[in-house]
Amino acid sequence: MSEKEIKKISGLEDLVKISEKLKSLMEGKTVISICSGTGCKAYSSDDVHGKIVEELQKKIKESKTNADNIVIKKTGCHGYCERGPIMVIHPGQTCYLGVKPEDAPDIVESAINEKVVEKLLYKDENGSSIEKENDIPFYKHQQRIIFDCNAKIDPYSIDDYIMIGGYQALAKALKEMPPDKVLSEVKKSNLRGRGGGGFATGLKWETTKNAAGDTKYVIVNADEGDPGAYMDRSILEGNPHSVLEGLIIAAYTIGANHGYIYVRQEYPFAVKSIENAIENAREYGLLGKNIMNSGFDFDVKVHRGAGAFVSGESSALMAAVEGNVGEPRLKYIHTAVSGLWSKPTNLNNVETYANIPHIINNGAEWFRSTGTPGSSGTKIFSLVGKVNNTGLVEVPMGVTLRDIIYKIGGGIKGGKKFKAVQTGGPSGGVIPEALLDLPVDFDELYKAGSMMGSGGMIVMDESDCMVNVAHYFIKFLADESCGKCVPCREGLRQLLYIYERIINGQGQVEDLKLLEDLCILLENASLCALGGTAQNIVVTTLKYFRQEYGAHIYYKACPAMVCKPLIRYEISSDKCSGCTRCVKVCPVDAISGKPKEAHAIDQSLCIKCGACMEECPEKYSAIAKSTGIFEYEKEKEAVFADKGQ
Amino acid sequence: MESTIKHEESAKSAVINKNINLFIDNKAVPAGSGDTLLLAARKAGIHIPALCYHEKIKPHGACRLCIVEIVKKGKSRIVASCAYPAEEGLQVFTESLKITEIRKHLVELYMALFPYNEEIKALAKKYGLKETRYHKENNYCILCGLCVRYCAEVKKENAIGFIGRGTSKKVAFIPDSSYFKYCVNCMECMDICPTGVFPSNYGIERLPQTSDF
Ligand SMILES: Cc1cc2nc3c(=O)[nH]c(=O)nc-3n(C[C@H](O)[C@H](O)[C@H](O)COP(=O)(O)O)c2cc1C
Ligand code: FES
Ligand code: FES
Repeated sequence: MSEKEIKKISGLEDLVKISEKLKSLMEGKTVISICSGTGCKAYSSDDVHGKIVEELQKKIKESKTNADNIVIKKTGCHGYCERGPIMVIHPGQTCYLGVKPEDAPDIVESAINEKVVEKLLYKDENGSSIEKENDIPFYKHQQRIIFDCNAKIDPYSIDDYIMIGGYQALAKALKEMPPDKVLSEVKKSNLRGRGGGGFATGLKWETTKNAAGDTKYVIVNADEGDPGAYMDRSILEGNPHSVLEGLIIAAYTIGANHGYIYVRQEYPFAVKSIENAIENAREYGLLGKNIMNSGFDFDVKVHRGAGAFVSGESSALMAAVEGNVGEPRLKYIHTAVSGLWSKPTNLNNVETYANIPHIINNGAEWFRSTGTPGSSGTKIFSLVGKVNNTGLVEVPMGVTLRDIIYKIGGGIKGGKKFKAVQTGGPSGGVIPEALLDLPVDFDELYKAGSMMGSGGMIVMDESDCMVNVAHYFIKFLADESCGKCVPCREGLRQLLYIYERIINGQGQVEDLKLLEDLCILLENASLCALGGTAQNIVVTTLKYFRQEYGAHIYYKACPAMVCKPLIRYEISSDKCSGCTRCVKVCPVDAISGKPKEAHAIDQSLCIKCGACMEECPEKYSAIAKSTGIFEYEKEKEAVFADKGQ
Repeated sequence: MESTIKHEESAKSAVINKNINLFIDNKAVPAGSGDTLLLAARKAGIHIPALCYHEKIKPHGACRLCIVEIVKKGKSRIVASCAYPAEEGLQVFTESLKITEIRKHLVELYMALFPYNEEIKALAKKYGLKETRYHKENNYCILCGLCVRYCAEVKKENAIGFIGRGTSKKVAFIPDSSYFKYCVNCMECMDICPTGVFPSNYGIERLPQTSDF
């Protein structure tokens, strides 16, 4: 379809017509969709794409039957990034994992002949192949609403989005629903913000809508500062129009004519993708003056943010858009009433906006039928850490952590024992095994002392030290906060001192109380939610893994053998044959010994790198790693009961 | 920043000439429209400690010493009184059990940061704190930002600013080397500094010397 023909879309009928037409053009075609998300790109999916195109061209030149029936598409992230590059062949949904450029001839050939390339299919634990994407365990237990389209469309093609029904929600809202009606639908849907706090989206919109003033703003928060989380990036890269459509609907409902999309600097592809989407939407008359002849004007700018984690906080983000330092401010008057340039401003997360078109298209009732009464819809999580399948997973609210980790994640890597899952990023806490059957929604996670956050989920196994984990997050926050208010800045500084002490084997009994006192201070006296939630990681690790703190403090032992100052490498003189391999490999010359004589490690020099243990031939296995004093193992149960743990 | 001031002014003018009655520590206190809780308390002779507040500059909310507990519709909340606007009928508690507990923790933290300030010394005495359990920083600069904000808002000079973030945040002349370009040498920032570190950093000996509690 030529662009001229469909320029300036006039409304719903137009969209439906175009969609039908585009669909009919695709009828009977085989689509090879190649993931071009950041994850797969890192595995050279662009090379795979290039090869496939080349291969197909060859076949077309050879006038191979059926060859011209094949369409190649570069799509956004499919979620299973770990197994990338991912390829799905539609309509059969044949899913190939770990595709290499050299597989291109086989893939094209078999697509033409409607066959499958066996070796690229997913293999289950018994070694049998699974062909269809949705039958692969990683996908089977998910429910993809927001993410579903990622695998179907080329994010750089607005036509693709329109083909799958894109912008029909906007058209419907503009033509058939007065702003109040849209608002009541969003309120009824029970949608809660996906950016962390879980605030009711409808209520927030209402506050801004009712706030005094003619100039209002809407903003997309794509700062995504949580380490390890990348769902917002993947939505922007894979389906930018869904966010844009949600944003325009929000603007229409609230009465805003200007919007901003705040994207972190580190996301160049997301910026490119959304900028392209904005341009295309403008060409089609979906942005700008008099959108679809409705009389409603709206336009949007992309703001590239170069801030720290704290810049994702609402008032900090708005300060950054204004050109000031991205620092939170006192906001006893809500940003919904006085935000950007002191005008009423609605800020939502990327995923929150992406839910809006679905709610308008299918209705609040439909939306509420997924999830729990308190948290409706689905949520995308970034499942990382010690699970077999890592990636982005979208599940209905209310599934249990166990299902996410074991059914979708395929359990713990290397047959190790599960220890904890950290949710909610730096604002969240850890959840222990005993709570694995917790249904995942805003309120349940909060009750357990953690948070939904933006959806980070880091799985930890027995080889992770919880004291070390808490230290990591506190360090992150100390570096990534604004440093403005005393309780947060100085509290984090003192927390760091205490953690460093404990990890270095200098922890004192009083430190536990100090940690707890600092938590109370941070929670109650901080200026913004960064300080207010920073204590979650300390409180939850203390609550669920107090024994581990005890081991570090009382026994100078790190049970997971992570904290270097507390572990020792020792050579057993009985087992050592004097092969000198460890002597040679030690980077600090801490090992002494002549050939054929038992070696020994000088503990004062040892940097605990573990190279010697790796080097020691298996037949000798003369080097052992240990921690703390011997009694710890024997006495731990009794002692902790004793000390009133 | 400019716009926030404007906003606050418009918020003030919106409620101008309306007298507000609120309760601070169970005492009925009248407040002018647009007054903050801290101002209303001061007018009524009720002391709320504050280190980063100055009547000529916008509230900053950094020192957190001015926290109070407010009760609204039966719900209690902790807010910074230097910024929270007076509201009709609001119940404010400057030394509730909760506030005492939290402010005491805070003072202990200050004792590790900068124990020489008179307000901190008085509070330590009040709460019976003789020692701090925290690692002593003796940093002098508590980053209240009074100098930075005074220079920007009152003198309109912007010769001083914050650099860095998180635990590495600092106050510095901007740009450090050529501050004379902007600085009018009024020295007023030195007087406004609650710790006295500012003068000492620039060769003027005014450091308070005792830290007895
Ligand atoms: C320290 C801090 C960091 C935050 N970072 C983000 C972020 O990266 N992305 C985001 O959407 N929200 C973030 N938030 C939450 C925002 O302040 C805000 O609540 C959210 O964007 C509102 O959108 P929602 O209602 O759709 O969730 C952060 C909050 C805090 C306190
Ligand atoms: S980037 Fe390809 S599956 Fe995520
Ligand atoms: S005076 Fe209110 S926070 Fe410092």
